[in-house]
Amino acid sequence: MNIATVEEAKKDASYYKALTALLYQLADDDFIIAYRGSEWLGLAPHIEEDVAFSSINQDTMGHAAMYYQLLEDLGEGDMDALAHGRKAADRVNAVLLEKVNGSGTYLTEPKYDWAYTVVRHYFYTQAKKIKVEALKNSSYEPLKHVAVKVNMELYYHLLHWRTWFRQLCTANGEAKTRMKAAIDRVLEEFDGVLSLGPSGVQITQHQLIDSEGDIRLRFTEEMTNMFEKVEMSFPANMGMKSGNGRKGDHTKDLDDALLTLSEVYNSNPAAVW
Amino acid sequence: MQEEVNIMKVWDALQQVKDPEIDSVSVVDLGMVEAIDVKNQEVTIQMLPTFMGCPALEIIKKNVENEINNLALFKKVQVYFIYQPPWTSDRITAQGRIHLQDFGIAPPPTLDDSGEWHVDCPYCGSTYTTLDNIFGPTACRSILYCKGCKNPFEAMKPISTMM
Repeated sequence: MNIATVEEAKKDASYYKALTALLYQLADDDFIIAYRGSEWLGLAPHIEEDVAFSSINQDTMGHAAMYYQLLEDLGEGDMDALAHGRKAADRVNAVLLEKVNGSGTYLTEPKYDWAYTVVRHYFYTQAKKIKVEALKNSSYEPLKHVAVKVNMELYYHLLHWRTWFRQLCTANGEAKTRMKAAIDRVLEEFDGVLSLGPSGVQITQHQLIDSEGDIRLRFTEEMTNMFEKVEMSFPANMGMKSGNGRKGDHTKDLDDALLTLSEVYNSNPAAVW
Repeated sequence: MQEEVNIMKVWDALQQVKDPEIDSVSVVDLGMVEAIDVKNQEVTIQMLPTFMGCPALEIIKKNVENEINNLALFKKVQVYFIYQPPWTSDRITAQGRIHLQDFGIAPPPTLDDSGEWHVDCPYCGSTYTTLDNIFGPTACRSILYCKGCKNPFEAMKPISTMM
């Protein structure tokens, strides 16, 4: 199955619905995690990490922009409005990705948790890698092309987070304890990242991406391998403690984030920056 | 016939559009120009973004439009970024690699079978270098250090569909 153009995608209402549902998930996930990452600028553990992390966030925002562009091409509206103008309830990012980095704000007493950030970003990047590999065989050709592009940049992101994860899990002192606590906190929401949402079955039926079950299986395999390397065991019990973002469930953290990140856009939505 | 002449003129003009941060290398030498089509008095230029989050893309697009408008050959100039084929670092031309080196940035190395890569110092040519940070000041560059001449330097990051 190969759908090469917007016109073809629009011919089948069920296909169009599944395709846009998936694109919103991919776009909203990258958009909010890139924002959370960007809040670390100037606060990362050392200067080289500051350089690396901001580069990763910039790439990730670029990936979100490509997915929003595909939605714009499909007639869903202006991509800037899709990124900045939608309310929290209309967003379908996983709840895990919207959560704050820690207490305080960027400007006042930021007590951000680096262990939580390393675990959240590593797990998310690994899951994204599995999805993007599957998207390289998507039935929607424009999405397939985007996936090839994202995948090349993602290679370096995954390498980066794997390195941090391994080093902190095998380090002395409080590192291991803090990593274990972070792993538990991330996993209790991680089902939300792997979920393909209410249209999941249709998304897979239309061969847009592999099934949720396949993605979950591959994720568990990758994690089991990594955990063995750091002499820990992967606790495969994942949940959606704060709700399913794919259904529009969100926390106050997302409202606050949207207020901040869309402030400039909302000051004049017609302006070209 | 005239169209073919005009296409050549567009390619020549695009040699004048440099990377906004590396003024020795043109967008043609970076391998960012995929296709130029001329129909009647319209020109369409398809370009490949290096990295998606690169903030220079809009500047490059505008510079390309300006340069082509200066030719005064066309009534309409259209510049698009496309994702297929994806940009890879082996698209940089031989001339582009020389110009990068002149600027003090090592050209992108090739990946070996294990995914490892090595870069020689663009200043002294020493092979005695270490990778300091895969991520550099821009998305497309990495930071390295030369133990030969004791200089930090940058290299274009290798990007391949094999990754």
